[in-house]
Amino acid sequence: MSMLEVKGIKKTFDGKTQVLNGIDVSVNKGEVIAILGPSGGGKTTLLRCMNFLERADSGSLTFDGKTYDLSRITKKEIAEIRCKTAFVFQNYNLFLNKTALQNVTEGLIVARKMEKNKAEEIGRAALQKVGMLERVDFYPNQLSGGQQQRVAIARALATDPEIIYFDEPTSALDPELTGEVLGVMRKLAEEGMTMLVVTHELGFARNISTRTMFIEGGVVVEEGPSREFFANPEQERTKAFLRAISSKED
Amino acid sequence: MNERLLNILIQSFPKILLPGLMYTIPLTILAFAIGLVIAILTALVQFANIKVLKQIARLYIWVIRGTPLLVQLFVVYYGLPKVGILIEAFPAAVMVFAINEGAYAAETMRAALEAVPAGQMEAGYCVGMSWWQIVRRIELPQALRTAFPTLFNELISMVKDTSLAANITVTEMFMTTQRINAVYYEPLALYLEVAVIYLLFSTVLTKLQSIGEKRLGSYGKR
Repeated sequence: MSMLEVKGIKKTFDGKTQVLNGIDVSVNKGEVIAILGPSGGGKTTLLRCMNFLERADSGSLTFDGKTYDLSRITKKEIAEIRCKTAFVFQNYNLFLNKTALQNVTEGLIVARKMEKNKAEEIGRAALQKVGMLERVDFYPNQLSGGQQQRVAIARALATDPEIIYFDEPTSALDPELTGEVLGVMRKLAEEGMTMLVVTHELGFARNISTRTMFIEGGVVVEEGPSREFFANPEQERTKAFLRAISSKED
Repeated sequence: MNERLLNILIQSFPKILLPGLMYTIPLTILAFAIGLVIAILTALVQFANIKVLKQIARLYIWVIRGTPLLVQLFVVYYGLPKVGILIEAFPAAVMVFAINEGAYAAETMRAALEAVPAGQMEAGYCVGMSWWQIVRRIELPQALRTAFPTLFNELISMVKDTSLAANITVTEMFMTTQRINAVYYEPLALYLEVAVIYLLFSTVLTKLQSIGEKRLGSYGKR
């Protein structure tokens, strides 16, 4: 049985722009799913609806065997689900008034009522994992984009989530900085972390993710194991998209 | 300068400074502190978008900013006794200045809260924090840092505005000067003297502001 399953998720902005038009996603433990698609196709909105940064109009979400109605979910249920998930933003969104270490420990100390010493121990371990241990006392403004994103990943890891959502984690970075972030993500994937990654990095989708989904116009156009997805895309639209994006990369 | 005038100035200096230390400064500090609390609450009510409270906040800001401070002082000190509410001069002054400052600083705080990037709130939610936890630990500290210079501006301007309290019998620096002037009739020299003392107070505050800004740091911003 899958760990996380979303069914028929729909979302309209301002009552007219249909962004998600009945999308199903199912994630097994340890899977790394890459979500590809053109801008405005609904990828980010899907991720945001799954973590309730946006409210979906309808659909259901099953997490660890418990099913929630997305249109009628309560604050308590949202908190329950958020305790098991983590989110990495395109613009990092590190707390600007907190150091790297404080960014990682904040959620542990404040939301999870963990003792400060224990939280800092976990925080340092998480920062070490992303290679940021020597920057624990730096503020976000003193870090490069790549470093900020690595701290953001450490913040996600520290809460020991069952799944991490990544919303275009490298899109705001200079090309030479994307490598350091992708490197960290590859390491997590190899360690068996369950990840749902909205991305434009074909390399990541092809080589690291186990499954790839192509979303456009608020629906899933095509999905499959990444190897097959890239070797033999079935839909014309998928082929055209992959051609366009890889010619840009070359 | 003739000797008589010099003597008047020297003798009056401590007489003016003393009410400054006893009334002007405590009045400013008390009123500003209370005003800041009112401001933060008023700004948060709007920031949180609580329907009815938000409308009350807007009404409060509209009325207070739209009427003169002097009129507000008169309404409270001379007007309210008509309906049986008697407040001593000093507490009445503290109250009016606090309510007045609250309305102005509320707008400063609201703008500063809105200037905090939206992603800060979202990131807080995603690590499991509640709205209030995020506001208290992430949003407000950043907003206060942004608002600090403007708030200090308002504090400096309040030091000078306290002279209006003379009109409701608070014997602060300005009223004392007026009384001394009534004896010696040296308006130019005496009013310049009190102006210098106000300037002195403001200068100290300006210094405090730059020390405060350094202390607060800027979270690594260059």
